[in-house]
Amino acid sequence: MDVLHSGIIQTFFLILISATFTDNILLTRFLGMCSCLGVSKKVDTSLGLGLAVIFVTTCTAAINFLVYEFLLIPLGIAYLKLIVFIIVIAAFVQFVEMVIERVSIKLYFSLGIFLPLITVNCAILGTSLFMLNKPYSLLQAFAFGLGSGLGWFLAITIIGGIREKVNEASVPRGLEGPGITLIIIGIMALAFVGFSGMIKI
Amino acid sequence: MLYAIFISVGFLAACGGFLAAVLVVAEKKILNYGPCNLDINAGERELTVDGGSPLLSALAENSIFIPSACGGRGSCAYCKLKVLEGAGFVGPVEEPHLTTEELETGVRLSCQVKIRNDLKIEIPKELFAVKHFRAKLIEKEMLTYDIAGLRIELIEPQTIDFVAGQYIQLESEEYKGREAVMRAYSISSVPSDNRHIELMVRKVPEGICTTWVFDYLQEGKALYFSGPYGEFHLSETDAPIIFIAGGSGMAPIWSIIQKMVEEGIQRNSVYFFGALTQKDLFYADELNKIADSSEWFKFVPALSREPDDSDWQGERGLITDVVKRYFPDTSAHEGYLCGSPGMINACISVLIEGGMPEEKIYYDKFA
Repeated sequence: MDVLHSGIIQTFFLILISATFTDNILLTRFLGMCSCLGVSKKVDTSLGLGLAVIFVTTCTAAINFLVYEFLLIPLGIAYLKLIVFIIVIAAFVQFVEMVIERVSIKLYFSLGIFLPLITVNCAILGTSLFMLNKPYSLLQAFAFGLGSGLGWFLAITIIGGIREKVNEASVPRGLEGPGITLIIIGIMALAFVGFSGMIKI
Repeated sequence: MLYAIFISVGFLAACGGFLAAVLVVAEKKILNYGPCNLDINAGERELTVDGGSPLLSALAENSIFIPSACGGRGSCAYCKLKVLEGAGFVGPVEEPHLTTEELETGVRLSCQVKIRNDLKIEIPKELFAVKHFRAKLIEKEMLTYDIAGLRIELIEPQTIDFVAGQYIQLESEEYKGREAVMRAYSISSVPSDNRHIELMVRKVPEGICTTWVFDYLQEGKALYFSGPYGEFHLSETDAPIIFIAGGSGMAPIWSIIQKMVEEGIQRNSVYFFGALTQKDLFYADELNKIADSSEWFKFVPALSREPDDSDWQGERGLITDVVKRYFPDTSAHEGYLCGSPGMINACISVLIEGGMPEEKIYYDKFA
């Protein structure tokens, strides 16, 4: 079935689901590992960072799609996409940080420390770059961004939960910390790879 | 080809410039909290400041100087203040510096508290006396190979009131990409000469402020500092005194001893000065002269790395061992310590071992 040309709503959800599960950006491409390893010690911090990532990924995917289609392509400088995308992401994160600080101080203090981490989260840049590999429309790019963010959120929250449990058990000395975390992520990646092929886009 | 380069460079520049402009405008518009009222010490002073800036700098703009060594980055924790109302949440930068008790009583790092609304704060009275000075370096003299003595003439205000033992915060200027910082130095001159201050600065390799002092601050140049700060001063008892200092820790002790000579305070005192070799000794002649001409004062320099075959006649060994040898029983004495944290901690335990009550030990740690 040619997914990209079936009904709008159907396409939207298929892209969303595939980006979340079958092509989970954290578990199948191993992007955004640094902040994931650093923050996934607890479920609540994982939730905080995960939510921020969903928001930023979704918005920057849409913004970068527009920048690419209407500025970079017409000007014939599509090869600059990497550097332009990262500038846009950095500026957007700064902007969001300011808005959150003004609108909700409480959210700012619980989420605020994660926002600077996001600027350098490669999952977000990765989402913006990968969406160009497929002939997506704006809405589909939006779905892809949202799906990638959701996938990252899902993965880091599960990892956070598992790590909380693992911390109660006695892990062999040499495997403590990042060691056991990478093994956990590896096993989870195997599970998620099981989804692959379920949806073909 | 040339056209392509032009387009890409031009686009990147425009893109960066546009986003930067948007952010600057957004910061002005979004993070504009308007004027906010600061109520200091329950109505003692009221200020109106622009919201959005950190409390520390807003106070400094209104000539209230809170000590700070790190320049508002939240790493030195000197700028603690009580914020009774309106401070908002404790951020992740502040939290490690505050004890549970401080958190409960509203103590905050003033450099991390952003003014977003009206605040009620409490400032210790003595900080009101702190002023900001414009001054001029009139003499820079090398006391040893790595310690410089600075003599500074005050320009505006012309005089300073301080107690022997207090310190000031020297403000370095920007140079070669290093940012301007503030660093604390004890005053080594006497309070009676209120138009000058003297400092002793030890060269720290790669130190931002000391490099500025040694390489960029020339005689005749203008400089800025704020002060006086600190609780380190001579108590008003008659108890015999043990002074212990190392390196540039000489400064506040030298100020106190000069003051004692000047005012005729004849409390029995022994001054232990720790150094590595004879090269590291300074002001020894002056101190020996005071010791020779008075009954009450004794100067004991101790060298820990002097070669065994040198002509040194004085004490050898670690300062802690020398103090223990002279005073096995320290229970009746008061201790005044100044130097590196390592030296001070070691000396405190020696003094306490000798029976000195902890509250009789006064010290200034150079971190």
